[in-house]
Amino acid sequence: MKKTLLAAACLILTLVKGYGQQYMTRNGFVGFYSKTPAEDIKAETRQGFAIIDEGKKNLAFAVLIKGFTFPKELMQEHFNENYMESDKYPKATFNGSFAGDLAPGRDGVYHVTVKGNLTMHGVTKPVEMPATIERKGNQLIGHAVFHISPEEFNVSIPSLVREKIEKSLEVHVDIQCDQK
Amino acid sequence: MRFPLMIGLLFLASAVVAQDTTLLSQVGDSLTNSTKPMPVTGTFKGIYLIQLQTNETIAAGALNFEIQHRFGQLNSGAYQFFGLDNATLRLGLDYGITDWWTVGIGRSSYLKTFDGYTKFKLWRQQDGGGGMPISVTLMGTISNYTQNFPDETYLNANYRTGYATQLILARKFKFFSLELVPSYIRNNLVPTVADKNDMVALSGGARVRITKRMSLDGEYNYLFPNQVVSTKVYNALSFAWEMETGGHVFQLVFTNAQSMVPTQFISGTTSSWGNGGIYFGFNIARNFNLTSHAKKSVKY
Repeated sequence: MKKTLLAAACLILTLVKGYGQQYMTRNGFVGFYSKTPAEDIKAETRQGFAIIDEGKKNLAFAVLIKGFTFPKELMQEHFNENYMESDKYPKATFNGSFAGDLAPGRDGVYHVTVKGNLTMHGVTKPVEMPATIERKGNQLIGHAVFHISPEEFNVSIPSLVREKIEKSLEVHVDIQCDQK
Repeated sequence: MRFPLMIGLLFLASAVVAQDTTLLSQVGDSLTNSTKPMPVTGTFKGIYLIQLQTNETIAAGALNFEIQHRFGQLNSGAYQFFGLDNATLRLGLDYGITDWWTVGIGRSSYLKTFDGYTKFKLWRQQDGGGGMPISVTLMGTISNYTQNFPDETYLNANYRTGYATQLILARKFKFFSLELVPSYIRNNLVPTVADKNDMVALSGGARVRITKRMSLDGEYNYLFPNQVVSTKVYNALSFAWEMETGGHVFQLVFTNAQSMVPTQFISGTTSSWGNGGIYFGFNIARNFNLTSHAKKSVKY
């Protein structure tokens, strides 16, 4: 009996492991952009951590707010001090899944829908976006563009500078994940 | 016999499900583990606390325009509209050569004084364990007053010049920031032989954040005794209410110091809070980005 159980456990574990192949990156790219007549805003970081679990179609992402760099240093300071309060809420995270099939072992670009919870500035919101996942050898390359509004995440913007920031910011995410 | 197998399978299945939710904590943990100590920013909102300089410097390629304005003394009576009829003004330009090296010039109406300074950020405080606990900035300033005194024709440029060197030690805590500033001041000419040409002082400053964009500031400049004896001088004590909007920092100031130049307000403040010799005023700082990379429009 014990042997059967052990055999079953081993079988299932190997199945799970083989099926749940994970891909990871430590330098995922995130950038957000805003364009208004008054001012252009650009902030980017290459310090995002991401894991894609191909089998279970899950993915997670985490990035440090302080890692974002702006061309204007004062803007970066305001972003951390006044808007995102990065001492209090140091990171932004995403946890979710994707719908759509990736053909196993075949290189190509696959269109998927990513769905999950985005947490930043202490607020968690469900988000859904179209994305692409490209299989390239031992890599999965994820790419997504979506929009977020600062007010949805309790980031208050004084009326005096409201016109300098777009109502909804364009966010670009690029993750090149290697097989773990 | 099948029962334990079922249990086993159930256990395994739940383990698999549990693994799903840990994907997030997995990335979170890797992020936390790989995070190095980062420099602390925004210890103070500007390069001036009130009169005293802070550890902050101007970003590379940015220009700061500083207007420091003081009305007359509150105790000057109703005829002078409690000081509002008079004004002392310092206009200053500060430029960031690099992110850690700032130079500045200023002109104030008090004794028609020109001043220039250079400031180096030596160390920056870092958050996270094991990092640098404080920020250290070195500042050197030179001042020259040009006001004419017809009966004192011997006052040449050398006599009119003073120097101050300050080591600015600052630390940002959660809701407030503190700084401690030892100063060495040299005035080339002093009124009597009993007065010292070379003086030392110790200043302290604090900023307390009350909201995200508002804070209360205070500074106290302690001049060690028996250095200025021919005139009665007081230690400069100042308070300010600070408000920030975009690229502007605005401060409402109450102080007993009329001058805004270190060689003058630290060692030459002649009015005191005690008898109402208080100056009401304001500081306005405006930041301009001059570099091409800061001006460039966003492309994506």
